[in-house]
Amino acid sequence: MEPPAEHVHWLFATGFLLLGLCLLARALVGEEIWSRRPWRAYLWPALLFGLGVLMWPVMVFYTNSTIHMIAHGAWAQTMMLAGAAELGLVRGKLHHTAWRLAMPLALAVSGTALLIHEQNGWLFARAAFLHHALGWAAFVGAIFPLVGAFRRRSPVWSSGFALTLVVISVLLYSDRDVAPIFGHLSPLAGEPHR
Amino acid sequence: MSTQLISERVAAGHRSLRAKAVGSLGPLTMFGGVGWAFLQPDRITLLHPRGQGFWWLLVEPPLLAIAVGVVFALFVAPGVIDDLEAEER
Repeated sequence: MEPPAEHVHWLFATGFLLLGLCLLARALVGEEIWSRRPWRAYLWPALLFGLGVLMWPVMVFYTNSTIHMIAHGAWAQTMMLAGAAELGLVRGKLHHTAWRLAMPLALAVSGTALLIHEQNGWLFARAAFLHHALGWAAFVGAIFPLVGAFRRRSPVWSSGFALTLVVISVLLYSDRDVAPIFGHLSPLAGEPHR
Repeated sequence: MSTQLISERVAAGHRSLRAKAVGSLGPLTMFGGVGWAFLQPDRITLLHPRGQGFWWLLVEPPLLAIAVGVVFALFVAPGVIDDLEAEER
């Protein structure tokens, strides 16, 4: 009854897309107006924390090697840490600027884990290409929340962060089980599906 | 037409660029999902449901993208625009 792996990617893509839209709206109107309604202030950190929690069953049920398990575990932990830190900041329990670095840390660790755990080249198959693209998108995209932590009123960095998440969702939506990428599919990848 | 309705329409006509941008996020996402469904109709398994498993029928990416746009447009954007306009007044 477990969903196929690509379906899990698509469900996470949906979560990231909603997260990206919320952060884009927040970047457009500013943190002050976005947080005017308490439920809305908690929305995106809670969504991020929830995505981190949901990554644990993915780690348990979908990992077929140690490196996959470590990578999925790292995503789960860093997403939960970033979500929890932002929840603490919104609630007023946390104050130090350093807590805002949890988000760039999550993206940098996620990007690194994606790049390290993908053992094949870019054009091996679509999944390999997407792992490389996702890894670099997350790693380079970490610059936006990193600078945004110190320049909180600048819409450029907060918009960049939101758009990074939208790009990540598009890449996750593009995942297929075994499929060619730009006409390339290694014979070692197996028979293409759908 | 009541004066209240006219004034609401005038206010909507003068909506700031930021409010318009926030208001367009949901519809743009929905249109993106619809456009994607036209470009890759095979990803809508409801169009060819015979022999499809439970997950293939439940998780259909273009429909999920449309659903995100609908949820954002109905439940998030209106409150944000209200608060933005209250701030700008």
